[in-house]
Amino acid sequence: MTKILVIAEHEKGAPKKLTLNTLEFARQVVAHAGGSYDLAVLGSGVGGVAQALTGYGADAVYVADHPDLAHVLAGPYAKVIADLAQRAGADLVCMSASSAGKDVLPRVAVRLQAGMASDVVGVVQTAQGLAYRRPMWAGNLTGDVVVETPVQVVSVRASAFDALAATGGASPLVEVAADPQAASARVRYVGFEGVVSSRPDLAEASVVVAGGRGLKDRFNQITEPLADLLGGAIGASRAAVDDGYAPNDYQVGQTGKVVAPQLYFAIAISGAVQHLAGMKNSKVIVAINKNADEPIFKVADYGLVADAFVAVPELVGKIKALRA
Amino acid sequence: MKILVSAKRVSDPNAKLAISSDGTWIEGDVEYVMNYFCENAIECALQLAEEHGDIETVALGIGESDETARFIRQGALARGIDRGILVSADEQTTDSDLIARIYARVAEREAPDLILIGKQAVDGDSNQVGQLLAEYLGWPQATFASKVELKDGEVVVTREVDGGLETLAVTLPAVVTADLRLNEPRFAPLAGIMKAKKKPLDELELDDLELGDAKPKVRIVKMSTPEGRKAGVLVKDVDDLVARLRAEARVL
Repeated sequence: MTKILVIAEHEKGAPKKLTLNTLEFARQVVAHAGGSYDLAVLGSGVGGVAQALTGYGADAVYVADHPDLAHVLAGPYAKVIADLAQRAGADLVCMSASSAGKDVLPRVAVRLQAGMASDVVGVVQTAQGLAYRRPMWAGNLTGDVVVETPVQVVSVRASAFDALAATGGASPLVEVAADPQAASARVRYVGFEGVVSSRPDLAEASVVVAGGRGLKDRFNQITEPLADLLGGAIGASRAAVDDGYAPNDYQVGQTGKVVAPQLYFAIAISGAVQHLAGMKNSKVIVAINKNADEPIFKVADYGLVADAFVAVPELVGKIKALRA
Repeated sequence: MKILVSAKRVSDPNAKLAISSDGTWIEGDVEYVMNYFCENAIECALQLAEEHGDIETVALGIGESDETARFIRQGALARGIDRGILVSADEQTTDSDLIARIYARVAEREAPDLILIGKQAVDGDSNQVGQLLAEYLGWPQATFASKVELKDGEVVVTREVDGGLETLAVTLPAVVTADLRLNEPRFAPLAGIMKAKKKPLDELELDDLELGDAKPKVRIVKMSTPEGRKAGVLVKDVDDLVARLRAEARVL
């Protein structure tokens, strides 16, 4: 029997979808091992977030509301999460492998003397017990790992799990007195510079239009009209980011964002292994590249060997005509 | 002031990798490279030392002794890091937690003001060691750094996080993990390669570090090659693509 504590993530007063994907991971662990899960919401003024999560089958929704938790800082968050895990009697603590989850969870593991599995994409039963499946070597290999400590910590790759649908019911809200102070010392939050965009979040978009180095300084000119027409987000290969054609935040790949939209356009992207690791779970992949030998065509559902500078504007025109 | 920096070799994830017969590790003619993110960490240490002067830089490598020593010399000392520390360990049986505990012991001996470490190693891809280490030491951390400045006893770090860039000011001593956009790692100059041979490189065994329990907490029980995606069709032209996306894939 497992007792799982799922750490919710939220933005602008509402839970992020990542939280529902992480809940689906928890549901799968419960399906294998038995048990149940609790949710925890940390932050400042997060009563509404907690309320919004009472319909997802948790035994309890813990709320740790404290001014010092307004920003996700690893030290204080790890302390409050570890305290909560002990209170809830959790033997598995999980959160999505977002930048926040990656930052905070290892510190939670140390506090709980737990082993941690990162970026988990599946739950598998093995002869050695329940194992977590995770990509390794830039996605070239998959490892099934067993965590051999009484308490376990897992970061969950959200794009590998469906969002858990609301189950109905009303989990009780449990307010806890959070004590982040001592762990807040020696870190000062200076500021956040958000990417201003009217487009959807890359990690959660149902359409992603990604461009590669070959688009050069016409990167935006080629990707934006298609993305905006389809209500999609824009992504980029590492090469395009490294060469300065696209901002850092656009990078799709093992070391960047991992996405799994309904429709993924890879435009002038060769398909390096580390890029494929970030998008190969997309439902439909379209590759447009003038070189027919590029590895991207080996994973694409639809490949078009063509000059992107000609083909993409034509594609935009044809889709517009179709909708007119 | 002293900076401790990570120098980890990794088996090249872009090379062909074969799974060992027991299914729990890799084998064959494995090619090794310096972990990409460690190269950024090393470059950052060198730039801080050049900018501020009076900073001693020390590289730590953990792994099979001869090969790891070669990577510390060629990847760190030849580029300008002052000295190296090698801890011999079997790379297959060290998880992130054990690596972090080794770092913590070395940090207790060396008392660095700043530990710069790659955000993840591109073999295990766990992205844990810096954060684990910070908690073991009770130090603050700033992960995924794309800009690092030292001023007035603080390290000011711009972090690459979901949705944008966050800036934290962290009091030293602290742990900072390096992301790819932090800098452009330099090549080792020829003179540096010659000098590196004479720079100090201390060798330690795990037993020297009195870790108590030197067991990993996470174990790989099975490795496999991910299921490949099948190649689809090549379409004739844009009209064909639009027609198929509409009729077959039903995504337009």
